[in-house]
Amino acid sequence: MEFQQIYLLLLNTFGDEVILEKIENSTPQGIKVNKDKIFDVCRECNINSNLYFDSLSCLTGIDNGPEEGTMEVVYNLYSIPYGHQLMLKVEVSRDLNKDNYPTVPSVTNIWQTADWHEREVFDLFGLKFDNHPDLRRILMPEDWEGHPLRKDYEDMDKYHGVKVPYDDRENPAV
Amino acid sequence: MAEKSDAFGQGGVIIAKLDDLINWARLSSMWPMSFGLACCAIEFMSAGATPYDLDRLGIVPRASPRQSDVMIVAGTVTFKMADRVRRLYEQMPEPRYVISMGSCANCGGPYWKHGYHVVKGVDRVIPVDVYVPGCPPRPEALIGGFIKLQEKIRTEKMLAPKKILKLLKKEKTV
Repeated sequence: MEFQQIYLLLLNTFGDEVILEKIENSTPQGIKVNKDKIFDVCRECNINSNLYFDSLSCLTGIDNGPEEGTMEVVYNLYSIPYGHQLMLKVEVSRDLNKDNYPTVPSVTNIWQTADWHEREVFDLFGLKFDNHPDLRRILMPEDWEGHPLRKDYEDMDKYHGVKVPYDDRENPAV
Repeated sequence: MAEKSDAFGQGGVIIAKLDDLINWARLSSMWPMSFGLACCAIEFMSAGATPYDLDRLGIVPRASPRQSDVMIVAGTVTFKMADRVRRLYEQMPEPRYVISMGSCANCGGPYWKHGYHVVKGVDRVIPVDVYVPGCPPRPEALIGGFIKLQEKIRTEKMLAPKKILKLLKKEKTV
């Protein structure tokens, strides 16, 4: 299926409140989706016999920085029998409040692959996923503070008594 | 090293200083712990294999810190790993030596600025005897590091260990 056909199919199914805009300068070409409906759109992509996106190639996050005030989650879908690809994208507002992370519905019920990918996005960007079975850090240690791929991330001074920043190499043992 | 005396020379007896004898034994059987953290470990492995043959210097990798004399920190030390490195070092019996192999272990290497997860030099975690530069160092460089360590061990004195002297000196200045 061509991208235009996929786009029209999803637009007819969900309407323009859910399917927000086309992103045509990316590879694969993509669609921006309302974040509250991303689970439904993903499920449709998965079970619709004309689309049949049975593989989630990649799920990742983007931080657009404090000035833009937004973060994104990107889903790269691939259909093994049809060989077509699609990118889905949701945008959430960036919230620095620790107890109130931006939240996106989890797609682990559709693709098991999403489990660790979503944990990685949570670990590095501080985005939460609703209905995720086991949302813990995956790369950084459990007691790490902050989310390193956020644009405004700052190093801790010390971690377990070991100095973190590079400076003061003249006296490294201190 | 060993002095032959006329009186003893014929009877197959060699007289040597105890320091020299012990140092000779230590520097001729530096058993490193076989553990590696990144690409430097590949060079360490090839240094141990037939073409470079570390065995000829009495360097035989051991699989347990309890049996090792030398720890080769071969690769990138992450903060998650630093706790383990410290524990492994503490499990080694004294006298123990540390060779820091490669840029990452020396000072953070390519991760010096943006590597939020990398310890900027393993000397912030454990004391280091010899630094081997390179990214990664070739096996010749690692062997060079071992020879430097041999030189260091050769100057050790049992009755006046350098560390104790250093401590005494410190107390005097205080």
